[in-house]
Amino acid sequence: MDLSQVLEIASHTDAGMVRSHNEDSIASVADKGLVVLADGMGGYNAGEVASGMATTVLTTELRQLLEDHAPHEVDPQSGQKAALKMLQQQIAKTNTSIYQASQSQRQYAGMGTTLVVALFYDNKVMVAHIGDSRLYRMRGDEFNQVSKDHSLLQEQIDAGMLTKEQAERSSNKNLVTRALGIDPAVEPEIHEYDTRPGDIYLLCSDGLSDMVSDEDIGMTLKALGANLNLAAQQLVQMANDNGGRDNVSVILIRILREYPAGHGLASKILGWFR
Amino acid sequence: MAKLILSMDGLVLKEILLSKERTTIGRKPHNDIQIDNLAVSGEHAVIVTILADSFLEDLGSTNGTFVNGKTVKKHFLQNNDVIELGKYKLKYMSEALPGAAKAADFEKTMVLRPGAMRKPPETHPPAAAGGPAVPSAAKAHADTQIGITAASVGAHAPAPAPAPVRHAMLKLLSGGNAGKELELTKPLTTLGKPGVQVAVITRRPQGFFITHVEGANKPIVNGKPIELQAHALNDHDIIELAGVNVEFFFKP
Repeated sequence: MDLSQVLEIASHTDAGMVRSHNEDSIASVADKGLVVLADGMGGYNAGEVASGMATTVLTTELRQLLEDHAPHEVDPQSGQKAALKMLQQQIAKTNTSIYQASQSQRQYAGMGTTLVVALFYDNKVMVAHIGDSRLYRMRGDEFNQVSKDHSLLQEQIDAGMLTKEQAERSSNKNLVTRALGIDPAVEPEIHEYDTRPGDIYLLCSDGLSDMVSDEDIGMTLKALGANLNLAAQQLVQMANDNGGRDNVSVILIRILREYPAGHGLASKILGWFR
Repeated sequence: MAKLILSMDGLVLKEILLSKERTTIGRKPHNDIQIDNLAVSGEHAVIVTILADSFLEDLGSTNGTFVNGKTVKKHFLQNNDVIELGKYKLKYMSEALPGAAKAADFEKTMVLRPGAMRKPPETHPPAAAGGPAVPSAAKAHADTQIGITAASVGAHAPAPAPAPVRHAMLKLLSGGNAGKELELTKPLTTLGKPGVQVAVITRRPQGFFITHVEGANKPIVNGKPIELQAHALNDHDIIELAGVNVEFFFKP
């Protein structure tokens, strides 16, 4: 199923106002309904290498798999959707690639990356994330953070030590508890959500969420939702106007209409009459 | 490293570095900070330090723990907070120098790996009396963080401080609401009719800008349609949008 007519995708990435190079990496495969965002870390340009490997390996491998397999199909043995298995396996593979590169080449030692991946299919989205790159959703007038950071601050909030407001003032920002490529194995967090026509999804690196409040991000999407490209540029500009301390990347996806997967001939024929 | 300055009646008694994950305060001698005064409970309070953040927790003391004059059970310590126990005062000073504090906030992302953590040299079991649940990952010491590339602070020019932006207003010159004024207080203000013609005015450190959002026609400023990119607004510019004239001006 070609999703390029169903999803409107806009993205923008920028090094910010302080850093000399951009260690964020973004990629999308519109017809397969796949978007990937990674925020690399590590000395010299190793961060760029890690995030670049993450987006390249994942899009290449998943594009190939999605040619041959329908993501909504359920495996009769495990009872799990093909999408889940694909994401798990390919993220594991990507992790291994980055980990091995960092082990074998000295200049890449210790590199790693955060990751957020969204795969759209059958009126649903499956989201996998590692670290503090986020997915938000705008539905109607409601703007919410969907993914929960793997960070020290989030753990402290969960443990009741900090409120969200106090976390803003913490000195321990930017400490993630999970990352891709730093250990031989990684556990991504994967969830599936229903989508609705009109929804806008935002994937972003912490360069946006640390510099611009959720309220202002939501307001921007509400005001500029009609023009996704402009909205993406405006978000990056707001992060830079507020200091632009970090690389900032955003991917926006709008659901234009329903996109049920064909579950058989009958539904395919019905689909023609929609 | 953050520190506490113990004083009584304005007299400085002692300086204590918060070098441990848990620093206990109380009257009994086994406390890290012993205050031998009857107004202080045997185990009065504890300060839990996680990397650069410190949290104060009252351990059910008889006379309570006060921070800046307010009684607290649990408190996220901020630089220059004054903790009071009876007649004693403990001033909390966070480690960072005034200039370095900001830069440290924005060090590059680092990873804390629970699996590879070294045990802290002195591990006190979390107090049974409701000590804050320290996430396991938080026990990591600085040397287990990987990929530390603290941006060389001096090398970068400090980010431009947002300049104070002048207040600006819009005044409707035609249409049903002619004469009505609107102050541009939000970072973004949209104008026009959704589906027909919409433009947005953004408030930036450099000033105010108008950008075309949707519709076949671009907004007209002082008689000329604007280009696709953001257009800077000047005092008393006239904007024409969806058949309505609006004046932009700075508040005197």
